[in-house]
Amino acid sequence: MKTFVALTIALAAAAVPAWAQDVPDAPLQPQAAQTGQQSGLHADVTDTSGNDMVIAIPAMPTPEAATTAAGATDALGRQIADIVSADLRNTGLFKTLAPGQTPGVAMSEVSVPNYVSWSGMNAQALIQGYVRANGNGTLTVGCYLYDVALQSELVRQGFVVTPAEWRRAAHKCADVVYARLTGEGPYFDSRVVYVAETGPKNARRKQLAIMDQDGANHRFLTNGQSIVLTPRFAPNQQSIVYMSFQNERPAIYVYDLGSGRQRLLVSNASLNFAPRFSPDGRWVLFSMAVSGNTDVYRVSSAGGSPQRLTTSPGIDTGGSYSPDGSQIVFESDRGGSQQIYVMSADGSNQRRISFGGGRYATPVWSPRGDLIAFTKMGGGAFRIGVMSPSGGDEHLLTDSWGDEGPSWSPNGRVLLFFRSAQGSGRPDLWSIDLTGQATRKIPTPLDGSDPSWGPLRP
Amino acid sequence: MARTTVLLLAGAAMLATAGCAKKRPEVLPPGPGQTQPQDTGPAPDNSYGQIRPGSPEDFRRSVTSDTIHFALDQYDVDPEARAILDTQAQWLSKFPNVRITIEGHCDERGTREYNLGLGDRRANAAKNYLAARGVSPTRITTISYGKERPVALGSDEASWAQNRRAVTIVLN
Repeated sequence: MKTFVALTIALAAAAVPAWAQDVPDAPLQPQAAQTGQQSGLHADVTDTSGNDMVIAIPAMPTPEAATTAAGATDALGRQIADIVSADLRNTGLFKTLAPGQTPGVAMSEVSVPNYVSWSGMNAQALIQGYVRANGNGTLTVGCYLYDVALQSELVRQGFVVTPAEWRRAAHKCADVVYARLTGEGPYFDSRVVYVAETGPKNARRKQLAIMDQDGANHRFLTNGQSIVLTPRFAPNQQSIVYMSFQNERPAIYVYDLGSGRQRLLVSNASLNFAPRFSPDGRWVLFSMAVSGNTDVYRVSSAGGSPQRLTTSPGIDTGGSYSPDGSQIVFESDRGGSQQIYVMSADGSNQRRISFGGGRYATPVWSPRGDLIAFTKMGGGAFRIGVMSPSGGDEHLLTDSWGDEGPSWSPNGRVLLFFRSAQGSGRPDLWSIDLTGQATRKIPTPLDGSDPSWGPLRP
Repeated sequence: MARTTVLLLAGAAMLATAGCAKKRPEVLPPGPGQTQPQDTGPAPDNSYGQIRPGSPEDFRRSVTSDTIHFALDQYDVDPEARAILDTQAQWLSKFPNVRITIEGHCDERGTREYNLGLGDRRANAAKNYLAARGVSPTRITTISYGKERPVALGSDEASWAQNRRAVTIVLN
């Protein structure tokens, strides 16, 4: 108990400078290191055979009930545990015992778990924590992971957040637990931009929208007066590049999330579309159609003259950089049908990598570099799949009438895409694990298409 | 049903131009035919019920069609399309100061970005044919809507065939 008090005091002291700046995207403050590295607990992300690890996540108590801008600390403790539970359950790797299914935990138990009791509930892992209101208006959320069988602590971290960002503390807690148990990178504390759609099929109203990875904190960015398509996050998460038909002039814009302002990035007499940032944020790849011929170009993200990267007479579009920025994957119908090609970042050494039959489109390079996700068309289906950057190991993950437009999770383990309904054409956002399991519809207020999963938040 | 569609689209056009109320709605997608709002502005001066020569209404009344269609994944102008474009070229030759825009459209069975490129190809195929028939290319602009603005709402071959199109719009 004494150790616990010392930790929390240190957390409160460390928190002050970060919040004095009042930066909306200020980094959360992870405190204390992971502990207890010895554990037999491991969730294999490639094995979805049903041996789900059982994790108990009781409501997080508070050392002192207090009212904050995000609500009472005791209520927050339960909500945060629910969010941690949902994040982990949605991976398809864990069975969670959420707050509604577990007894409450006293503050004194947080760092001294009742292992026997949890073992009796067949829990293999246990996540406990607490929520405390700090004197400066911030919240501290403690996050502990225990191996129930070994009765050992695996993770101990604290997160200091503004009340407005309280959900992020829950995602950060779920992230450290997920990373510890799987050995994979975290991804829950991230956001998604997409196109929110409504209206009749021949006059769809399309708006840019942004939300947390789990659908929370949803917000519309544009008002739907113009068709907007293919929003993509900047690596620094400060802006979004997208295509708009504003003023009946299809052009590429950058939306600044801080100011809410939009600036024209590429506009000329031609059709410009399919923009995407380079991993270092310095460039934007896009497609320009000139007199019926579409090629891939790049332009400085500050604007300026575009540089042409492809010259084939076919439609070359959908460029996506490799994570090190050295290569670009794109699609082209230069050989007669849409196929996936890879080239060096300067446009040299263009070579086809898809040979599986059917048409391939919308290639996107995994942030881990090991895979390229794509849309495959054939046999009346639009399917999401992955292949290696050399074109091997093709693996189709979905089988549907209208799956399109994959986007990678920050850790390269999960894909978001949109699925259009036959007939109505109405699209929804879905996610799927690389194993082809854990398919899940992402809740959105309207229909949704063109998702872009942003990087892990700092 | 057709009437309902027109009303919906007129509503959508009004919404879309809410920020610039003076803008004429007929330049908005989708193309004409079932989509042209009936109230495209004040009636011509002292000529109620008459169509002004050189106007969009005159164009649509004079040509075989304002729309040509394309085969699956194709953008070549087939004989039927050529016959239609010939009547458009003929009308355009009578009104050399009239400018047009050609919209390229695709069916829903292609990916979004590719269809923008394919729609651009189709619009340019129509443009190139009209240019070959003597219409100055400087009078013609093109725009691609990809699969964003279908006219037929089904997910079937007949609907897709209708949606693979290039539509000529007279600007004024």
